[in-house]
Amino acid sequence: MSVKLRIFSAMQQIAEEQKVTLPPLRDDLALQDTGFDSLAFAILVARLEDDLGIDPFTIAEDAAFPSTVGEFIRAYENVPA
Amino acid sequence: MSQPDVLALREYLGPELKGRTISDARHVISLTDILGYSCLIGRYRELSGRSVLLATSGQLQSALAMIELDGVARRMLLCPPDLDPDHIEGLLADAEIDAIVTDRPLHRWDDGAYLVVGAGLPERPGAGWKTERATEWLMLTSGTSGPPKIVGHTLDGLAGAIIADGAARYQNATWATFYDIRRYGGLQIFLRAVIGGGSMVLSEPKEATVDHVARLRAGGVTHISGTPSHWRKLLMSSAVADFSPRYVRLSGEIADQAVLDGLARAFPHASIGHAYASTEAGVGFAVNDGREGFPADLIGQNRDGVEMKVVDGSLRIRSHRTARSYVGTGAPQLTDAEGFVDTGDLVELRDERYYFVGRRTGIINIGGLKVHPEEVETVINRHESVRMSRARSRRSPITGAIVVADIVLADGTEAGRHETIRTEILSRCNDALAAYKVPAVIRFVERLDLTAAGKLTRADA
Repeated sequence: MSVKLRIFSAMQQIAEEQKVTLPPLRDDLALQDTGFDSLAFAILVARLEDDLGIDPFTIAEDAAFPSTVGEFIRAYENVPA
Repeated sequence: MSQPDVLALREYLGPELKGRTISDARHVISLTDILGYSCLIGRYRELSGRSVLLATSGQLQSALAMIELDGVARRMLLCPPDLDPDHIEGLLADAEIDAIVTDRPLHRWDDGAYLVVGAGLPERPGAGWKTERATEWLMLTSGTSGPPKIVGHTLDGLAGAIIADGAARYQNATWATFYDIRRYGGLQIFLRAVIGGGSMVLSEPKEATVDHVARLRAGGVTHISGTPSHWRKLLMSSAVADFSPRYVRLSGEIADQAVLDGLARAFPHASIGHAYASTEAGVGFAVNDGREGFPADLIGQNRDGVEMKVVDGSLRIRSHRTARSYVGTGAPQLTDAEGFVDTGDLVELRDERYYFVGRRTGIINIGGLKVHPEEVETVINRHESVRMSRARSRRSPITGAIVVADIVLADGTEAGRHETIRTEILSRCNDALAAYKVPAVIRFVERLDLTAAGKLTRADA
């Protein structure tokens, strides 16, 4: 499964647990329009770290948190696992 | 110097009660005629009035030395087996130790500065000690960070709950504990055995559960105590089926309903009680109604000389059973201005009952919101496939921290069911807890480690 699909799958799982209705996931979807709050993103980042072995937001201390789904995915794709 | 009003342990040991013993895995020692023998070797007659470090490798030698030296020594500092050697020097100074009782080679301390006395089995004629004074009992706190604090007790205070319970009702009891008797929880059981006229089976470090239970059965153990974590571990073992104590006691950690119910199922003929006690606050109370938490009317009253109040959510206790003070230079105050010990254990009132929610120092901070790991574990432990769990903090670049959980499942749980169980646990947590308290990640683990004091290992404990 590609990184992108794994991220989408984790997001759907969390949306189900948190009773959040996710809009269709596209690269240009703003993260704030996903319906996820900061807790949901914290869960997502933790689970992706376990799944993919990386947490790009802790590694790069000064990295700005992405603002779209596409940027979020690229943060994972750009880090050598 | 004679103080006839001071009772020492020897006053509870006499030839009247036959068949009393104390045993570990290697030795069974008769308590009935123990006063006729000495376990001390060398210049032991000089120990009168000394401040003595009891540093023996096993619990049995410490038990025998306590019996011999209580009422004789000025102080006894009980040295638990897991003490960091780097801390010993500071402790010796703070406790003004001038004598060491040990069964170990002591090259480091055998330089004349201390009277060093050997400890063995009671094989030599008794020293004929008389009770001369109220010996101070010094114990160490069990926190994992930094040097332990020295806590000063008297036998009178240590035995307060035992006397209040009516020691004589335990005359035929054989006690056991998963604790080491050089820790507060274990010492309580040792004292119950000695003062109550009973016998005792000591625990052994690293002994397999099945071997330990075999010794408990062979020794005829009727009364036994441990932390909820000790009991969860025992309940995981098939050995539990062969064991049938009359009294099961929990203390040292929060006893949740799941572990109380599990013990009630495993030991249908036992009475099951959970006690609140700590090295500093002493024994507060015991609850015997089979329910977690404690009745609200215990707060604000004086029961058996124990008064409790709740300040900022934290339980405070004032009684004769609390420690006298911390010992050493620069030691902090043990009590507040009114003589109450702040336990740091946080409680919550719901429907006329107080429930323990966790330690003040163990709080996980999720973006400014507080979570007690214990409240998360309580929900997880209700799942029928769960044997033990630990909630803990994991750093998060987004909220600072998140809650994650490590879970031990029942033996024989098929790997294929893990995902279903994970979903069920998450769903129950979602129903019972605020969203930020629900574990973000659940990990199934083979086992969870306990500290030397029998508590679940917590990074921040």
